[in-house]
Amino acid sequence: MRDTTSAAPHTSATPLLQTVGLTKRYGSFLANDKIDLDVWPQQIHALLGENGAGKSTLVKAIYGLVQPSDGGLRWEGQTMVLSGPSQARARGIGMVFQHFSLFENLTVAENVALGLDGKESFKEMSARLQQVSRSYGLPLDPKREVWQLSVGERQRIEIVRALMQNPKFLILDEPTAVLTPQEADQLFVVLERLKSEGRAILYISHKLEEVRRLCDTATILRGGKKVSTCNPKAETAASLARMMVGTEIKQVKPAASREITVPRLVINDLNLEPEDPHGVHLRDISMELRGGEILGIAGVAGNGQDELFAALSGERLARDPGTIVIEGIAAGHLSISRRRKLGAAFVPEERLGHGTAPRMRLSENALLTGHAAGNMVQHGFVNTAATLNAVDRATETFDVRKAKRDPEAASLSGGNLQKFIVGREILRNPAVLVVSQPTWGVDAGAAAVIRQALLDLAAAGAAVLVTSQDLDELIEISDRIAVMFHGRLSASLPTAEASREKLGLLMGGSSLETKEQAHAADT
Amino acid sequence: MQLILEKRAERSKTVALASPLIAIGLTIVTMTILFMVLGKNPISALYVYFIVPLADGYSLQEIAVKATPLVMIAIGLSLCYLANAWNIGAEGQFLMGAVAGSWIAVKTQGTGAGHWVLPAMLLLGALAGALYALIPAICKVRFGASEILTSLMLVYVVDLLLDYLVRGPWRDPQGFNFPTTAEFDPVATVPTLIEGGRLHLGSILALVVVAAGAVLLGKTIKGFEIRVVGAAPRAARFGGFNANQLILLTFAISGALSGLAGIIEVAGPVGHLQPGISPGYGFTAIIVAFLGRLNPIGILIAGLFLALTFIGGEQAQITMKIPLDVTKVFQGILLFYVLACDSLILYRFRIVSSSPQVARGAH
Ligand SMILES: Nc1ncnc2c1ncn2[C@@H]1O[C@H](COP(=O)(O)OP(=O)(O)OP(=O)(O)O)[C@@H](O)[C@H]1O
Ligand SMILES: [Mg+2]
Repeated sequence: MRDTTSAAPHTSATPLLQTVGLTKRYGSFLANDKIDLDVWPQQIHALLGENGAGKSTLVKAIYGLVQPSDGGLRWEGQTMVLSGPSQARARGIGMVFQHFSLFENLTVAENVALGLDGKESFKEMSARLQQVSRSYGLPLDPKREVWQLSVGERQRIEIVRALMQNPKFLILDEPTAVLTPQEADQLFVVLERLKSEGRAILYISHKLEEVRRLCDTATILRGGKKVSTCNPKAETAASLARMMVGTEIKQVKPAASREITVPRLVINDLNLEPEDPHGVHLRDISMELRGGEILGIAGVAGNGQDELFAALSGERLARDPGTIVIEGIAAGHLSISRRRKLGAAFVPEERLGHGTAPRMRLSENALLTGHAAGNMVQHGFVNTAATLNAVDRATETFDVRKAKRDPEAASLSGGNLQKFIVGREILRNPAVLVVSQPTWGVDAGAAAVIRQALLDLAAAGAAVLVTSQDLDELIEISDRIAVMFHGRLSASLPTAEASREKLGLLMGGSSLETKEQAHAADT
Repeated sequence: MQLILEKRAERSKTVALASPLIAIGLTIVTMTILFMVLGKNPISALYVYFIVPLADGYSLQEIAVKATPLVMIAIGLSLCYLANAWNIGAEGQFLMGAVAGSWIAVKTQGTGAGHWVLPAMLLLGALAGALYALIPAICKVRFGASEILTSLMLVYVVDLLLDYLVRGPWRDPQGFNFPTTAEFDPVATVPTLIEGGRLHLGSILALVVVAAGAVLLGKTIKGFEIRVVGAAPRAARFGGFNANQLILLTFAISGALSGLAGIIEVAGPVGHLQPGISPGYGFTAIIVAFLGRLNPIGILIAGLFLALTFIGGEQAQITMKIPLDVTKVFQGILLFYVLACDSLILYRFRIVSSSPQVARGAH
């Protein structure tokens, strides 16, 4: 065998990792179909593809979480069979999952310790944690408890945990989906550094511009098959997208004119203390949303968006009924089912475990929010045909790709489950739709479909409230944008006036009033 | 080398079906060893336990009679467990149903009361069981008290109440000072199905309960609520399902079924109220519920199987002088293996070498 210990990794003549005809079958469905992939040391390799193309399945196979049905893996030229992630880690393969696996009530160091296989003492480990995190410019305080940390900081824990195993090969599954642009930039610096150290990185993302900036090679999957490997820097975002989808992506087009009608969702001076000690106190929130309008709520995650969603949906009840008015009816004290009967619909941010019960079928998950109104329940009995029909309609309208007609929610790819959840609510023809992160982890083509559906819903007369981390998305579809900061909601700006700078200031907590006044004095 | 428990990537369907069978197999292996330690021939012991009771009509009836309370109680318990509400006190609810129903029997004794007596007893037994089960449920919902502890402790309360009643106010004056009520009147007795046999109407009721459980869980919105609230509490809340209400509901149903089983047992096979009317049906039913995978049909099969061990245990005591407590040991070991095998659906064992650096170095 080649002497791998003395040779500098980037001069090696074999790829670090290869998948050879890798195939993964779920029943008769091919999630991965004979995929050949070579990843070399000192390379940032992008893995692109539509929702359900098989990206996560492929990297899970590389990390030993999924057993290939056919074909296999080679590591430094040698055949490699993994029966579990600990074996992958032992070889030097690290992975950062899209959904974090952290315990909220434990400290950073404790969380890291739980994810390591080594035998070092807790003290040694904490010291090494601090040293690794400092040397990569990913500052972390080992003694902080996770609940106090932002999403970006939480992801840092996952990355540092992976780096502490000193991996030769690092997999990142949609790491920037939840990051602010600034946090993403910081991440790219770290990734460049890891690359310069000779490590290989396999990088999954739906954000094509960042792929073009960062990655050296891109492999594109479509329907479980590899369609090409190319140099992303030589492509445009549009040409990459075309390869992923096979056709051109439709542009979102807002209806020429929308009729603004009656107030459909009104919040009057809502104050709500948090339910758990880790939450945000909502203070003095007021707004009015009329039929035909889309209001965007921007803000860094963790500034009260979740609490506002819970208050609007009725998962948290307000003491004073008048604080939330849906379709002209005081609803602050009404349960979520009663609010649904008034014509409201809700899409939460977390799709597994909140928006759906992961281990239940899609038809049962259609029933989860559909039972309150409509014909899914008759005299206490479930009308199975109606629930299946709801699944079929969402599947057709939003092109949900799945292995069979009615699978468990957890078996859908992230983006496809998101399409199902959004579709499930939109197809109920709500008068008010409150939606969080509508296109979180959804590919460009599907994101356009979802945004178009929101615009069409508003055009049909509904009031739509969208919370998103993605400013471009808010600017693309909203009529007005407001910002949440420390549990307060700013006054809304017409989108035409909402420049990125102004929104950035508001998101950082400064008030626009002084500027606005100055502006007013000018004119 | 080191044995570790590792999460499976995908939940294994085969193991899910095979798990109860594996558990039974492991239990039998353990029992074989135990019989050998006790100095009994394991082959003939197992034969007496599992085959002999199946061989004659009387024992078969007896199996159905024993399975009746087990299945009824376990159906109720499965609803609780699916909803993540841990009712451990079915034994107490069973006894409470027996006591409350017997009250009518005792009070109407010899008064020539009509055919309303038995239905009234069944209703009151179920109602009393439900109310008794609601005590821990309310404590849980209202004060956050652990329902596991409170429901279990209430078993001992009603046990003593029953003891007091049959030794004091309700004791049969002609009973030679035995702690028992008088034999119930015919109108207060559950009719048998076969002339001179042991099989009684309660077994039919148990089948109705199984069918009702299957319909409730599989076809109704309430059953769906129960399943979601246990499987994904946050999604259930998003769906508009009230977890506290469901705790109260499942405890009430479970208590009612236990109470019903209790009064049927007293008014049927036993025929009067006395201490020791239950060989631990309420506890054994917990095993039945899990062995049956919290599924009504599974519970029916598991109930019959555990009833078999009761009968087999009696046989073994008579013919081989194996202590009756061995049956309890058997049931305990079975529960242990059932729960252990269940974790294999989501986890698997793997042996790893103690050095984490397997990949390094030249091969
Ligand atoms: N356990 C499973 N059982 C059945 N089908 C599955 C399972 N896991 C994944 N699939 C199917 O395999 C396909 C590929 O899924 P995968 O998660 O790899 O997609 P992806 O490319 O990561 O998509 P996304 O961008 O939406 O995350 C999907 O259509 C999914 O329904
Ligand atoms: Mg994925």
